[in-house]
Amino acid sequence: MSKTPVSFTLNGRDTGVFVDGGANLLDALRRGAGDLSPKYGCGQGTCGTCTVLIDGEPHLSCLTLAETVEGRSISTTSGLQQGAQLHPLQQAFIDGFAAQCGYCSAGMLVAAKALLDTNPSPSRDEVIEAISGNLCRCTGYEPIIDAIMEAAAQMRSPGGLGRAV
Amino acid sequence: MSSVELRKEFFADERPEGLNEIGQPKIRQDILGHVTGRSEFYDDHLYEGLLHMSIVRSTEHHARIRNIDVSQAETMPGVVRIVRAADVPVNLNTLLGMIGFGRDDEALLQEKRVAYKGEAILAVLAESELQARNACKAVRVDYEPLPHVLDVEEALKPEAPVVNDEYPNNTFDYHDLYDHQKLRFGDVNKAFAECDHVVEGEYSMSPIEQAPLETCGAIAVPETNDRYRCHTCSQGLFFSLGTTAKLLDMPSSRLHFIGGTVGGGFGGKVDSLNEPMAVLGSMLTGRPVKFTWDRAEEMQVGAPRGAEKWRIRDGVMNDGRIVAREFTGFFDSGAYTRLSSYAVIKGTAHLPGPYSIPNVSSNVYCVYTNRTPATAMRGFGITGVDFAIECHMDKVAEKVGMNPIELRMLNAYRDGDMKPHRRLAKNTALLECCQVAAEKGQWAIGSQYSAMSSLRDGGGEKAAIPPTIIDEEGRIGERKAGRVADAAPSRNGKLSTKPNSTVPILEATMAMGEEANVPLEIGRQREAVENMPVRPAATVSSITRPVPPSSQPTSSTPVPAPPIPTPAVVSPAASPVSVSAFARPLGVPSAAPTPSAPDTAAPRQPVAEPQPAPTASPSPPSPAGPGVRRPGSSPFVSGRRGR
Amino acid sequence: MITVETYADINQASAALGADSIYLGGGTLVMRALNYGEQNFSRIVRSTDPSLTQITMQGDRIQIGAAVTMASILAHPDLAFLAPVARQVGGPAVRNMASVGGNLFAEHPYGDLAVALLVLDGRVHLADGQEQDLEVFLAQRKGFNGIVASVSIARPNRPEDFRWLKISRTKPKGVSVMSIAAWLPAMAGRLQNPRIALGAMADTPMRAKAVEQTLEGATMDTAGIQNALTAIASQFNPPDDALASSWYRQQVAPIHLRRLLLNEGAGS
Repeated sequence: MSKTPVSFTLNGRDTGVFVDGGANLLDALRRGAGDLSPKYGCGQGTCGTCTVLIDGEPHLSCLTLAETVEGRSISTTSGLQQGAQLHPLQQAFIDGFAAQCGYCSAGMLVAAKALLDTNPSPSRDEVIEAISGNLCRCTGYEPIIDAIMEAAAQMRSPGGLGRAV
Repeated sequence: MSSVELRKEFFADERPEGLNEIGQPKIRQDILGHVTGRSEFYDDHLYEGLLHMSIVRSTEHHARIRNIDVSQAETMPGVVRIVRAADVPVNLNTLLGMIGFGRDDEALLQEKRVAYKGEAILAVLAESELQARNACKAVRVDYEPLPHVLDVEEALKPEAPVVNDEYPNNTFDYHDLYDHQKLRFGDVNKAFAECDHVVEGEYSMSPIEQAPLETCGAIAVPETNDRYRCHTCSQGLFFSLGTTAKLLDMPSSRLHFIGGTVGGGFGGKVDSLNEPMAVLGSMLTGRPVKFTWDRAEEMQVGAPRGAEKWRIRDGVMNDGRIVAREFTGFFDSGAYTRLSSYAVIKGTAHLPGPYSIPNVSSNVYCVYTNRTPATAMRGFGITGVDFAIECHMDKVAEKVGMNPIELRMLNAYRDGDMKPHRRLAKNTALLECCQVAAEKGQWAIGSQYSAMSSLRDGGGEKAAIPPTIIDEEGRIGERKAGRVADAAPSRNGKLSTKPNSTVPILEATMAMGEEANVPLEIGRQREAVENMPVRPAATVSSITRPVPPSSQPTSSTPVPAPPIPTPAVVSPAASPVSVSAFARPLGVPSAAPTPSAPDTAAPRQPVAEPQPAPTASPSPPSPAGPGVRRPGSSPFVSGRRGR
Repeated sequence: MITVETYADINQASAALGADSIYLGGGTLVMRALNYGEQNFSRIVRSTDPSLTQITMQGDRIQIGAAVTMASILAHPDLAFLAPVARQVGGPAVRNMASVGGNLFAEHPYGDLAVALLVLDGRVHLADGQEQDLEVFLAQRKGFNGIVASVSIARPNRPEDFRWLKISRTKPKGVSVMSIAAWLPAMAGRLQNPRIALGAMADTPMRAKAVEQTLEGATMDTAGIQNALTAIASQFNPPDDALASSWYRQQVAPIHLRRLLLNEGAGS
C-alpha cells in the first residue's frame, strides 16, 4: 500500500493527511482530518452537501481529488464561528428556522459565506444564484434565503456579530 | 419572516390562548448542531478497521438465477467476505409483520428469483469502498430472464406472470377474503340511475422518490457483551431494531441502535434494509461495517411513493350536489408488500375526500408488479387519491357550470357528518380553508358561502349510516381464474337485510404502529375459512346495521352503541370466522370482550338470507391498553405510537 | 489501486497517457466515475501546465485553455458574450471546477458550453499538436485518449449575433431539457452563414445543419424562419431521459427555436 501525504490549512490551521490514490477531498477531510461537517449526498456534483471553500471559493469536495489541495486553504462550516461567537450566518439560520434535518446546512452555509465574503450587499436573486448548487429537501429554500439576507444585513451593521455559543 | 399565518378567528373557543408552548415560536433543539456542523448523523462516526459493504444487484426486471460465480471477486484485493443469502439467519420478512399485518414475502438477499431491477443478490465486504465496488463488478450472475409485468392492470390479468410467490394473484389479500379493500356506504348504483350527470375521470401518478439528501445507510460495530451497536438514519428506530432482530434471529437486547438524527426521510427511511445487512456483516467479520447507498441506489432501489391509478365516477345533480362517488384504485406495490398494503387501507379511510357524499363505494387494490417496491412518503395513501379527487372536483364543477370553490363548499363535510368508513367527522375545516383560499386568491364566492361554518349544519341525518348495498365479488383468486372481469365496485350488490354495521372498519390501522385490536394471527385462520361449508360472516367492510339517526351525536360517542345482542347460538366448537384484523365493534368496551361478533346476532337475521355458520368470535377484542402484548404480535415491539 | 501522476508540462502528461490511464481536468467527470466504481483506469494523469488556464486573443479568434473553468469565463471581459452560457452550467461550486476541456466530454444531457462552442466555429487543439474541428471531435470523443490543450473559437463581430437559450425544469440551476446556441450574422436584414447547434437533443451536442440551410438568406421574422421550424422538428432523434422523453423534445424544439430566433425571450 502506498499513501500520499497532502498538507493544507483547514479552517486556518495546518493540517496533513495521508490519502489513497484517487481519494476525494470529502473522504480526506472526514476520515483523514476528522472534520465531519461536509456531508456525502450524491458523489456526482448534483446536491452540494459536500461543498467546502478552497481559497475562499466553493468547491465540491466529493469531486475534488484530494491531492490537488496541497498547500491550499480550506474552510468548512466547522470553522465558521469566530471563537465562541457564532457567525452571523449561523445565528440567522437558527433564528430563521433555516435548517430542519440539518444535512444540507454545512454546505449551504459555506456557499452563503463565499457569497457574503465577496458581495456584502447581495440582492435576493444573487443569494438564490449563490445557493443554486445546494439542494435542500426540507425547507423549500425560502427560510434559507431570508436567513442569508438577514445575515448580510447584520454583517453590514456595526458590531453585528453572532451570540456566544 | 415566516409565511405561516394563524387565523385565530376560526374555532376560537376550541383553542385556549396563553399556552406556553403551543402557538409560540420555538428554536429547534437540534439546530445549533446543524449550523455548526456538529450534529451527529449516522455516518459521522469514525471506526478503525471499518469495512465497506457493496451490493450486487439484479440487472433484470424478473429472472431466475441459474448460477452465481464469486470465484474472481473473492480473491480481489481488499475483499474480506462475501455475504450470501444463506448467511441470513431468517431470510424472509415483511415490514408490517411487526404489527402482525401480512405475510413474509421478501428476502434480504435473493439468490433464486429476482423480481425487480436492482434487487439485492449478495454483498461484498472490503477494506475500501472502491474495492467493494470493484469486487461486485467481478461477480458473475447467470440470469434466465422471465416475463415481467410493470403495469398494475396488466398484473391483474389471468395471464400475467406471478411476481410474488406469497401472493400468486399479484394482489395483497385483504381480510383473507378479497383481492382488494372494499368500502360500501349507501347505494351508489341507485344514485347513479337517479342523478342528473355522471362524471368520470382517470388519474395516474408516477412513483416519487423521497430523495433525502442523506442516503439510507447504517454502521454496525461489535460491542462487548455480545451486542452490536448500529448507527442508523432509520426513521423508525425500533421498527428497524425489531426487523433486524427478526432477520438475524437474535433477541433485540443484543442490538444497541443509535439514531434520531435523520438527514431527511420523508417516509423513505423506514424499510430497514441497511441495518440488518450492516449488523450481519459485523457478525460475520467481527469488524465495524458500513453499508450506505450511493445516490444511484437511492434512486433505483430506494423505495418510492408508489405509482397509483384511480378511476372516479361521480353522480351529480344540476345544482352541484354530488350524490354518489365510486372509486376504483390501484396501488403499485412493486415486487413486495413493504407498506403498500397499509397505504390502501389508509387511502380507503380517506374516501371520498373531505366531502359528505351520501353514497360511496370503492375497490382498492394493492398490486404486485416487477417494479421497485414502494413504501411510505408524506401522507402516502392519501396524497395520490387527493390529487385525483381534487382534479375530479374541477371536472365536476365544469360539468355543472359552477364556481369550483363553491362546488367544494357545497359538498364539504361538517362536524358530525358520518364518513363512509363509519367515523364521525370532527374538527373539520374545509369550509374555512376554502374561505381563506378564496380571499387570498381574490376569488369571488357568494355571500352564502362566506357565511358557512364547519360547526353548523352537520350531523343530524348526515350522522346516520345509510342502508348499504353489499357484495362479495373479487374473492381471492377469482380474478386470476378469469372469473372477475371488472375491477370496479360491483353493479350487482344487494341490500343487506342484516343490521347496519357501526364498525369502524379501519380501526386498527388509523395510526400505523398501533397494534390491532383483534386477532393478529388472522393469516393462520385462512385455511379454516376456506374449508368452511358456508360463507363466513360478512366481512366487516360490508356489514351494515341500521342506526337510528342520532339527534345529538357527540364526537366521543359518535353512534349510540346498541346493546350487545346475545348470540342465538354459540357453538364452542365453531370454526374460526373471518374477522378483519381491523374490526372492533364500535361501542363495545374494549376491555370487555364479547362472546360473539355482534353481526351474527339472531334477532334481525332474515330468514331468506343464507345463515352464517353459528360461530363464536374467534377471539374477542382484547384489552387495548398501551403496551399490552397480544398473541401473535411482535416480541420486539411494545407500546403505542400515533402518527 | 489507483495512482496519480502530476506533470508540470502538458507534453510529459500526454506522453504518460496509456490504455490504463485517464486524464483528469476539473475532476467532475473522472471523480464521479471513481466515486461510483465505474472507472476503467488505474492511473490518473494530470498536469499543472500554466498554458492550460490561459485565455488569449488571436486576431478574430480566441484561444481558451482546456483547464479554464466556467467561473474564469464569467470573469473574463473579452468572453462576456459567453457568460450567459457559462452561468447556466451547474451552481457556483461546479463552475469553479468544471473546465472547458471537460465540457467536451460531458455526456448527455450535460455539456452546454460545447453547444455554444460549436456555433462559434470551435476547433480543438490537442496536446500533441493536432487540431480538429469540434464537430468532428465530438462525434469521435468516445474512443479519445489524449489531452485537449485548448479550444479556439471565432469572436463574433457583433456580440448580439450570438444567442443562447437553455431550457431546464428548475431555476436558476437545472439540467438541460435542451439548449440552443445560434450565431446569426446578417447582411441587409438577411442571414449569412447562420450557425445553429443544439444540446441534449442527441448523444453529443450537434449542429443543426438542415436548419441552417433553411435560414441562409432568410429574414428574421415569422415567415422567414418558418422552414427552419419545420426542419428542426425532424432533424433530431433525441434520447429519452428522466427530464424529458424523446417525443417531448421533438415537439418543443420548434417552439424554443422560434423564441430564440425571434428574440421572444426565454420561454423556459
